[in-house]
Amino acid sequence: MAEEVVLLDFWPSPFGMRSRIALAEKGIKYEHKEEDLRNKSALLLQMNPVHKKIPVLIHNGKPVCESLIQVQYIDEVWHDKAPLLPSDPYQKATARFWADYVDKKIYEVGGRVWKTKGEKQATAKKELIETLKLLEKELGDKPYFGGESLGYVDVAFIPFYSWFYALEKCGNFSIEAECPKLIAWAKRCMQKESVAKSLPDQQKVYDFILEMKKHFGIE
Amino acid sequence: MAVVKLFGAWLSPYVYKVIWALKLKGIPYEYIEEDLSNKSPLLLQYNPIHKKVPVLVHDGKPIYESTVILRYIDEIWPQNPLLPANPYDRAVALFWIKFADDKNPIIAKLYQTEGEEQQAVVNEWLEMLEAMEEHALIGGKKFFGGDEINMVDIAFCMVAHWLGVFEDTAGLKVFEPHKFPQVSSWIQNFKSVPIIKDNLPDTDKIVAYLKRRKEMLLTSKSN
Repeated sequence: MAEEVVLLDFWPSPFGMRSRIALAEKGIKYEHKEEDLRNKSALLLQMNPVHKKIPVLIHNGKPVCESLIQVQYIDEVWHDKAPLLPSDPYQKATARFWADYVDKKIYEVGGRVWKTKGEKQATAKKELIETLKLLEKELGDKPYFGGESLGYVDVAFIPFYSWFYALEKCGNFSIEAECPKLIAWAKRCMQKESVAKSLPDQQKVYDFILEMKKHFGIE
Repeated sequence: MAVVKLFGAWLSPYVYKVIWALKLKGIPYEYIEEDLSNKSPLLLQYNPIHKKVPVLVHDGKPIYESTVILRYIDEIWPQNPLLPANPYDRAVALFWIKFADDKNPIIAKLYQTEGEEQQAVVNEWLEMLEAMEEHALIGGKKFFGGDEINMVDIAFCMVAHWLGVFEDTAGLKVFEPHKFPQVSSWIQNFKSVPIIKDNLPDTDKIVAYLKRRKEMLLTSKSN
Protein backbone atom coordinates (compact mmCIF):
# COMPACT_ATOMS: atom_id res chain seq x y z
CA MET A 1 0.00 0.00 0.00
CA ALA A 2 1.35 3.40 -0.90
CA GLU A 3 2.19 5.46 2.17
CA GLU A 4 0.18 8.65 2.36
CA VAL A 5 1.72 11.33 4.52
CA VAL A 6 0.24 14.80 5.01
CA LEU A 7 1.57 17.57 7.26
CA LEU A 8 -0.78 20.34 8.37
CA ASP A 9 1.56 23.21 9.08
CA PHE A 10 2.15 26.96 9.43
CA TRP A 11 5.40 28.25 7.98
CA PRO A 12 6.85 30.19 11.01
CA SER A 13 5.95 27.49 13.54
CA PRO A 14 9.09 26.00 15.16
CA PHE A 15 6.95 22.98 16.02
CA GLY A 16 6.02 22.42 12.37
CA MET A 17 9.69 22.78 11.45
CA ARG A 18 10.58 19.84 13.69
CA SER A 19 8.36 17.48 11.71
CA ARG A 20 9.55 18.92 8.40
CA ILE A 21 13.16 18.16 9.39
CA ALA A 22 12.35 14.63 10.57
CA LEU A 23 10.48 13.82 7.35
CA ALA A 24 13.32 15.25 5.26
CA GLU A 25 15.98 13.35 7.21
CA LYS A 26 14.15 10.13 6.42
CA GLY A 27 13.53 11.07 2.79
CA ILE A 28 9.76 10.72 3.15
CA LYS A 29 7.55 12.18 0.43
CA TYR A 30 4.60 14.04 1.88
CA GLU A 31 1.94 16.58 1.09
CA HIS A 32 2.51 19.88 2.87
CA LYS A 33 -0.67 21.81 3.66
CA GLU A 34 -0.30 25.38 4.86
CA GLU A 35 -3.00 26.41 7.37
CA ASP A 36 -4.42 29.89 7.90
CA LEU A 37 -4.59 29.95 11.69
CA ARG A 38 -7.25 32.66 11.66
CA ASN A 39 -9.41 30.39 9.51
CA LYS A 40 -8.58 26.80 10.39
CA SER A 41 -9.54 24.12 7.90
CA ALA A 42 -12.22 21.52 8.61
CA LEU A 43 -9.48 18.91 8.23
CA LEU A 44 -7.38 20.44 11.00
CA LEU A 45 -10.35 20.70 13.37
CA GLN A 46 -11.25 17.09 12.61
CA MET A 47 -7.70 15.75 12.97
CA ASN A 48 -6.84 17.66 16.16
CA PRO A 49 -10.17 18.23 17.93
CA VAL A 50 -8.59 18.58 21.38
CA HIS A 51 -6.12 21.40 20.69
CA LYS A 52 -7.02 22.49 17.13
CA LYS A 53 -3.32 23.25 16.57
CA ILE A 54 -0.66 22.58 14.01
CA PRO A 55 1.41 20.66 13.20
CA VAL A 56 -0.66 17.55 12.58
CA LEU A 57 0.94 14.59 10.85
CA ILE A 58 -1.59 12.45 9.01
CA HIS A 59 -0.28 9.00 8.11
CA ASN A 60 -2.62 6.91 5.96
CA GLY A 61 -5.54 8.98 7.23
CA LYS A 62 -4.65 8.73 10.93
CA PRO A 63 -3.54 11.84 12.81
CA VAL A 64 -0.53 12.16 15.10
CA CYS A 65 -0.54 15.39 17.13
CA GLU A 66 2.24 17.18 19.08
CA SER A 67 5.49 17.80 17.23
CA LEU A 68 7.85 15.77 19.45
CA ILE A 69 5.46 12.82 19.35
CA GLN A 70 5.45 13.16 15.55
CA VAL A 71 9.27 13.12 15.46
CA GLN A 72 9.35 9.99 17.63
CA TYR A 73 6.65 8.35 15.49
CA ILE A 74 8.50 9.16 12.26
CA ASP A 75 11.71 7.79 13.81
CA GLU A 76 9.96 4.53 14.77
CA VAL A 77 8.01 3.90 11.57
CA TRP A 78 10.88 4.80 9.21
CA HIS A 79 13.54 3.30 11.41
CA ASP A 80 15.91 2.05 8.73
CA LYS A 81 17.27 5.48 7.83
CA ALA A 82 18.87 8.33 9.81
CA PRO A 83 17.93 7.26 13.37
CA LEU A 84 17.16 10.27 15.54
CA LEU A 85 16.86 8.68 18.98
CA PRO A 86 19.74 6.64 20.44
CA SER A 87 19.13 2.94 21.07
CA ASP A 88 20.60 2.94 24.59
CA PRO A 89 17.76 3.51 27.11
CA TYR A 90 19.78 5.87 29.34
CA GLN A 91 20.91 8.00 26.40
CA LYS A 92 17.31 7.97 25.16
CA ALA A 93 16.13 9.21 28.56
CA THR A 94 18.73 11.99 28.46
CA ALA A 95 17.61 13.01 24.95
CA ARG A 96 13.95 13.03 26.02
CA PHE A 97 14.78 15.14 29.06
CA TRP A 98 16.56 17.80 27.00
CA ALA A 99 13.91 17.89 24.28
CA ASP A 100 11.32 18.32 27.04
CA TYR A 101 13.47 21.11 28.55
CA VAL A 102 13.57 22.92 25.20
CA ASP A 103 9.81 22.49 24.93
CA LYS A 104 9.10 23.92 28.35
CA LYS A 105 11.49 26.85 28.21
CA ILE A 106 12.41 28.27 24.81
CA TYR A 107 9.00 29.05 23.32
CA GLU A 108 7.59 30.60 26.49
CA VAL A 109 10.67 32.62 27.44
CA GLY A 110 11.35 33.60 23.82
CA GLY A 111 7.74 34.72 23.54
CA ARG A 112 8.20 37.07 26.48
CA VAL A 113 11.24 38.61 24.80
CA TRP A 114 9.24 39.88 21.80
CA LYS A 115 5.93 40.44 23.58
CA THR A 116 7.13 42.64 26.45
CA LYS A 117 9.16 45.76 27.12
CA GLY A 118 11.11 47.38 29.93
CA GLU A 119 11.77 45.33 33.04
CA LYS A 120 9.68 42.34 31.94
CA GLN A 121 11.68 42.13 28.73
CA ALA A 122 14.97 42.47 30.60
CA THR A 123 13.97 39.56 32.82
CA ALA A 124 12.93 37.49 29.80
CA LYS A 125 16.24 38.16 28.02
CA LYS A 126 18.20 37.13 31.10
CA GLU A 127 16.17 33.93 31.43
CA LEU A 128 16.59 33.13 27.74
CA ILE A 129 20.37 33.52 27.88
CA GLU A 130 20.52 31.34 31.03
CA THR A 131 18.46 28.66 29.27
CA LEU A 132 20.61 28.81 26.14
CA LYS A 133 23.82 28.65 28.20
CA LEU A 134 22.57 25.51 29.93
CA LEU A 135 21.89 23.93 26.56
CA GLU A 136 25.30 25.07 25.33
CA LYS A 137 26.85 23.32 28.34
CA GLU A 138 24.95 20.12 27.54
CA LEU A 139 26.19 20.27 23.94
CA GLY A 140 29.79 20.50 25.16
CA ASP A 141 32.31 19.64 22.48
CA LYS A 142 29.99 17.40 20.49
CA PRO A 143 29.17 18.51 16.93
CA TYR A 144 25.49 17.80 17.59
CA PHE A 145 23.39 17.08 20.68
CA GLY A 146 22.94 13.66 19.08
CA GLY A 147 26.71 13.13 18.97
CA GLU A 148 28.27 12.69 15.54
CA SER A 149 25.01 13.10 13.69
CA LEU A 150 21.78 15.08 13.97
CA GLY A 151 19.56 13.65 16.71
CA TYR A 152 16.30 14.13 18.53
CA VAL A 153 17.39 17.11 20.62
CA ASP A 154 18.92 18.84 17.57
CA VAL A 155 15.60 18.44 15.71
CA ALA A 156 13.67 19.69 18.76
CA PHE A 157 15.84 22.76 19.22
CA ILE A 158 17.19 23.97 15.84
CA PRO A 159 13.84 25.42 14.63
CA PHE A 160 14.10 28.14 17.27
CA TYR A 161 17.29 29.36 15.57
CA SER A 162 15.09 30.79 12.79
CA TRP A 163 13.57 33.07 15.46
CA PHE A 164 16.89 34.28 16.95
CA TYR A 165 17.31 37.26 14.63
CA ALA A 166 13.78 38.46 15.44
CA LEU A 167 14.38 38.04 19.19
CA GLU A 168 17.72 39.86 18.96
CA LYS A 169 16.15 42.81 17.13
CA CYS A 170 13.18 42.99 19.50
CA GLY A 171 15.36 42.68 22.58
CA ASN A 172 18.35 44.61 21.30
CA PHE A 173 20.92 41.99 22.25
CA SER A 174 23.22 39.43 20.65
CA ILE A 175 22.77 35.74 21.29
CA GLU A 176 26.04 34.92 19.54
CA ALA A 177 27.97 37.17 21.92
CA GLU A 178 26.61 35.20 24.88
CA CYS A 179 26.52 31.71 23.37
CA PRO A 180 29.06 31.43 20.54
CA LYS A 181 29.27 27.63 20.67
CA LEU A 182 25.52 27.34 20.34
CA ILE A 183 25.49 29.56 17.25
CA ALA A 184 28.32 27.46 15.80
CA TRP A 185 26.14 24.38 16.38
CA ALA A 186 23.17 26.09 14.73
CA LYS A 187 25.20 27.02 11.64
CA ARG A 188 26.47 23.45 11.48
CA CYS A 189 22.87 22.18 11.48
CA MET A 190 21.92 24.68 8.78
CA GLN A 191 24.50 23.08 6.49
CA LYS A 192 22.28 20.02 6.37
CA GLU A 193 19.75 20.10 3.54
CA SER A 194 16.97 18.70 5.74
CA VAL A 195 17.36 21.63 8.13
CA ALA A 196 18.06 24.40 5.59
CA LYS A 197 14.96 23.47 3.60
CA SER A 198 12.74 23.28 6.69
CA LEU A 199 13.58 26.60 8.34
CA PRO A 200 12.22 29.90 7.01
CA ASP A 201 14.40 32.91 6.32
CA GLN A 202 15.18 34.82 9.55
CA GLN A 203 14.21 38.20 8.06
CA LYS A 204 10.85 36.76 7.03
CA VAL A 205 10.30 35.58 10.60
CA TYR A 206 11.20 39.04 11.91
CA ASP A 207 8.68 40.66 9.54
CA PHE A 208 6.08 38.18 10.78
CA ILE A 209 6.84 39.06 14.42
CA LEU A 210 6.52 42.78 13.65
CA GLU A 211 3.11 42.10 12.12
CA MET A 212 2.08 40.12 15.20
CA LYS A 213 3.23 42.94 17.46
CA LYS A 214 1.12 45.42 15.50
CA HIS A 215 -1.84 43.05 15.59
CA PHE A 216 -1.62 42.63 19.36
CA GLY A 217 -0.88 46.28 19.98
CA ILE A 218 2.61 45.68 21.36
CA GLU A 219 4.98 48.49 20.62
CA MET B 1 22.54 -6.74 40.87
CA ALA B 2 21.74 -3.25 39.74
CA VAL B 3 20.50 -0.99 42.47
CA VAL B 4 17.42 1.15 41.99
CA LYS B 5 16.87 4.16 44.24
CA LEU B 6 13.92 6.52 44.22
CA PHE B 7 14.07 9.98 45.77
CA GLY B 8 10.55 11.11 46.55
CA ALA B 9 8.16 13.09 48.73
CA TRP B 10 5.15 11.52 50.42
CA LEU B 11 2.48 13.71 48.90
CA SER B 12 3.73 14.14 45.34
CA PRO B 13 1.63 12.58 42.58
CA TYR B 14 4.72 12.61 40.35
CA VAL B 15 6.51 10.34 42.81
CA TYR B 16 3.56 7.96 43.02
CA LYS B 17 3.58 7.56 39.25
CA VAL B 18 7.08 6.11 39.54
CA ILE B 19 6.23 3.96 42.58
CA TRP B 20 3.29 2.40 40.73
CA ALA B 21 5.39 1.72 37.62
CA LEU B 22 8.13 0.01 39.65
CA LYS B 23 5.59 -2.08 41.59
CA LEU B 24 3.64 -3.05 38.45
CA LYS B 25 6.86 -4.44 37.04
CA GLY B 26 7.95 -6.03 40.31
CA ILE B 27 11.18 -4.01 40.56
CA PRO B 28 12.68 -3.79 44.05
CA TYR B 29 13.90 -0.33 44.97
CA GLU B 30 15.18 1.73 47.87
CA TYR B 31 12.98 4.71 48.69
CA ILE B 32 14.49 7.90 50.08
CA GLU B 33 12.06 10.46 51.49
CA GLU B 34 13.08 14.06 50.81
CA ASP B 35 12.12 17.03 52.93
CA LEU B 36 11.23 19.47 50.14
CA SER B 37 11.89 22.47 52.37
CA ASN B 38 15.38 21.16 53.08
CA LYS B 39 16.60 19.18 50.08
CA SER B 40 19.46 16.79 50.56
CA PRO B 41 22.85 17.44 48.91
CA LEU B 42 22.47 14.10 47.16
CA LEU B 43 19.21 15.15 45.49
CA LEU B 44 20.72 18.45 44.38
CA GLN B 45 23.70 16.58 42.98
CA TYR B 46 21.52 14.14 41.05
CA ASN B 47 19.07 16.75 39.73
CA PRO B 48 20.98 20.03 39.58
CA ILE B 49 18.78 21.53 36.87
CA HIS B 50 15.32 21.27 38.39
CA LYS B 51 16.22 20.17 41.96
CA LYS B 52 12.94 18.24 42.16
CA VAL B 53 11.57 14.84 43.02
CA PRO B 54 11.11 12.21 41.73
CA VAL B 55 14.64 11.18 40.80
CA LEU B 56 15.31 7.57 39.88
CA VAL B 57 18.89 6.41 40.23
CA HIS B 58 19.68 3.20 38.35
CA ASP B 59 23.20 1.83 38.47
CA GLY B 60 24.32 5.18 39.89
CA LYS B 61 22.85 7.11 36.93
CA PRO B 62 20.10 9.66 37.66
CA ILE B 63 16.95 10.09 35.61
CA TYR B 64 14.39 12.83 36.31
CA GLU B 65 11.06 14.16 35.06
CA SER B 66 8.39 11.59 35.90
CA THR B 67 7.37 10.75 32.31
CA VAL B 68 11.01 10.38 31.23
CA ILE B 69 11.50 8.05 34.22
CA LEU B 70 8.41 6.01 33.35
CA ARG B 71 9.51 5.54 29.74
CA TYR B 72 12.98 4.51 30.91
CA ILE B 73 11.50 1.97 33.35
CA ASP B 74 9.25 0.60 30.60
CA GLU B 75 12.23 0.11 28.28
CA ILE B 76 14.65 -1.42 30.79
CA TRP B 77 12.03 -3.78 32.29
CA PRO B 78 9.68 -4.77 29.44
CA GLN B 79 7.41 -7.07 31.52
CA ASN B 80 3.87 -5.70 31.99
CA PRO B 81 4.35 -3.08 29.28
CA LEU B 82 3.04 0.40 30.07
CA LEU B 83 2.77 1.58 26.47
CA PRO B 84 1.21 -0.03 23.38
CA ALA B 85 3.59 -1.91 21.09
CA ASN B 86 2.12 -0.51 17.86
CA PRO B 87 3.74 2.86 16.93
CA TYR B 88 0.44 4.58 16.11
CA ASP B 89 -1.29 3.46 19.31
CA ARG B 90 1.82 4.49 21.21
CA ALA B 91 1.69 7.96 19.61
CA VAL B 92 -1.93 8.32 20.74
CA ALA B 93 -1.03 7.20 24.27
CA LEU B 94 1.87 9.68 24.36
CA PHE B 95 -0.50 12.45 23.23
CA TRP B 96 -2.74 11.85 26.26
CA ILE B 97 0.22 11.54 28.60
CA LYS B 98 1.51 14.92 27.38
CA PHE B 99 -1.99 16.36 27.74
CA ALA B 100 -2.12 15.27 31.39
CA ASP B 101 1.49 16.34 32.03
CA ASP B 102 0.86 19.83 30.63
CA LYS B 103 -2.31 20.30 32.71
CA ASN B 104 -0.97 18.97 36.03
CA PRO B 105 1.09 22.00 37.19
CA ILE B 106 -1.81 24.33 36.37
CA ILE B 107 -4.58 22.35 38.03
CA ALA B 108 -2.54 21.94 41.21
CA LYS B 109 -3.01 25.69 41.74
CA LEU B 110 -6.69 25.19 42.66
CA TYR B 111 -6.03 25.67 46.37
CA GLN B 112 -3.29 28.29 45.91
CA THR B 113 -5.41 30.87 44.12
CA GLU B 114 -8.45 33.01 44.74
CA GLY B 115 -11.07 34.92 42.78
CA GLU B 116 -10.49 35.32 39.06
CA GLU B 117 -7.22 33.39 39.12
CA GLN B 118 -8.95 30.46 40.81
CA GLN B 119 -11.78 30.56 38.28
CA ALA B 120 -9.20 30.25 35.50
CA VAL B 121 -7.82 27.12 37.20
CA VAL B 122 -11.36 25.72 37.54
CA ASN B 123 -11.79 26.25 33.79
CA GLU B 124 -8.58 24.32 33.11
CA TRP B 125 -9.91 21.44 35.21
CA LEU B 126 -13.22 21.42 33.33
CA GLU B 127 -11.42 21.50 29.97
CA MET B 128 -9.34 18.52 31.06
CA LEU B 129 -12.36 16.54 32.27
CA GLU B 130 -14.32 17.33 29.09
CA ALA B 131 -11.45 16.21 26.86
CA MET B 132 -11.13 12.98 28.84
CA GLU B 133 -14.88 12.35 28.67
CA GLU B 134 -15.33 13.20 24.99
CA HIS B 135 -12.11 12.11 23.36
CA ALA B 136 -9.93 9.94 25.55
CA LEU B 137 -12.21 7.39 27.16
CA ILE B 138 -13.93 6.26 23.99
CA GLY B 139 -15.61 2.91 23.55
CA GLY B 140 -16.44 2.47 27.22
CA LYS B 141 -12.98 1.12 28.01
CA LYS B 142 -12.29 0.14 31.61
CA PHE B 143 -8.89 1.83 31.52
CA PHE B 144 -6.99 3.97 29.02
CA GLY B 145 -4.78 0.91 28.67
CA GLY B 146 -7.75 -1.36 27.87
CA ASP B 147 -8.24 -4.15 30.40
CA GLU B 148 -5.15 -3.24 32.37
CA ILE B 149 -3.83 0.17 33.43
CA ASN B 150 -1.00 1.68 31.48
CA MET B 151 1.08 4.86 31.44
CA VAL B 152 -1.91 6.98 30.35
CA ASP B 153 -3.98 5.91 33.37
CA ILE B 154 -0.99 6.66 35.59
CA ALA B 155 -0.56 10.08 33.94
CA PHE B 156 -4.13 11.07 34.89
CA CYS B 157 -3.62 10.18 38.58
CA MET B 158 -4.22 13.76 39.70
CA VAL B 159 -7.78 13.48 38.44
CA ALA B 160 -8.24 10.15 40.23
CA HIS B 161 -6.93 11.09 43.65
CA TRP B 162 -5.51 14.59 44.06
CA LEU B 163 -8.54 16.42 42.64
CA GLY B 164 -10.55 15.49 45.73
CA VAL B 165 -7.66 16.65 47.90
CA PHE B 166 -7.43 20.03 46.15
CA GLU B 167 -11.21 20.47 46.29
CA ASP B 168 -11.23 19.83 50.06
CA THR B 169 -8.31 22.20 50.61
CA ALA B 170 -9.87 24.94 48.48
CA GLY B 171 -13.38 24.33 49.85
CA LEU B 172 -14.63 24.13 46.28
CA LYS B 173 -16.43 21.47 44.26
CA VAL B 174 -15.22 21.18 40.67
CA PHE B 175 -15.98 17.59 39.69
CA GLU B 176 -19.65 16.65 39.31
CA PRO B 177 -19.73 12.88 38.65
CA HIS B 178 -23.06 12.93 36.79
CA LYS B 179 -21.60 15.36 34.25
CA PHE B 180 -18.62 13.08 33.57
CA PRO B 181 -19.89 9.48 33.75
CA GLN B 182 -16.99 7.90 31.84
CA VAL B 183 -14.41 9.71 33.95
CA SER B 184 -16.27 8.68 37.13
CA SER B 185 -16.20 5.01 36.14
CA TRP B 186 -12.55 5.28 35.24
CA ILE B 187 -11.68 6.84 38.64
CA GLN B 188 -13.42 4.00 40.47
CA ASN B 189 -11.75 1.36 38.28
CA PHE B 190 -8.32 2.97 38.65
CA LYS B 191 -8.50 3.24 42.43
CA SER B 192 -9.63 -0.41 42.69
CA VAL B 193 -6.45 -1.72 41.10
CA PRO B 194 -4.62 -3.35 44.05
CA ILE B 195 -1.23 -1.71 43.41
CA ILE B 196 -2.90 1.71 43.20
CA LYS B 197 -5.26 1.14 46.14
CA ASP B 198 -2.42 -0.02 48.39
CA ASN B 199 -0.15 2.85 47.39
CA LEU B 200 -2.02 6.09 47.76
CA PRO B 201 -1.19 8.85 50.24
CA ASP B 202 -3.68 9.50 53.01
CA THR B 203 -6.05 12.25 51.84
CA ASP B 204 -6.70 13.69 55.30
CA LYS B 205 -2.98 14.02 55.87
CA ILE B 206 -2.45 15.83 52.56
CA VAL B 207 -5.44 18.14 53.06
CA ALA B 208 -4.17 19.12 56.52
CA TYR B 209 -0.70 19.79 55.11
CA LEU B 210 -1.98 21.77 52.09
CA LYS B 211 -4.33 23.83 54.27
CA ARG B 212 -1.34 24.88 56.38
CA ARG B 213 0.57 25.76 53.20
CA LYS B 214 -2.40 27.72 51.87
CA GLU B 215 -2.54 29.71 55.13
CA MET B 216 1.15 30.51 54.86
CA LEU B 217 0.76 31.57 51.22
CA LEU B 218 -2.20 33.85 51.95
CA THR B 219 -0.50 35.34 54.99
CA SER B 220 2.66 36.13 53.03
CA LYS B 221 0.55 37.69 50.22
CA SER B 222 -1.25 40.07 52.57
CA ASN B 223 1.92 41.13 54.38
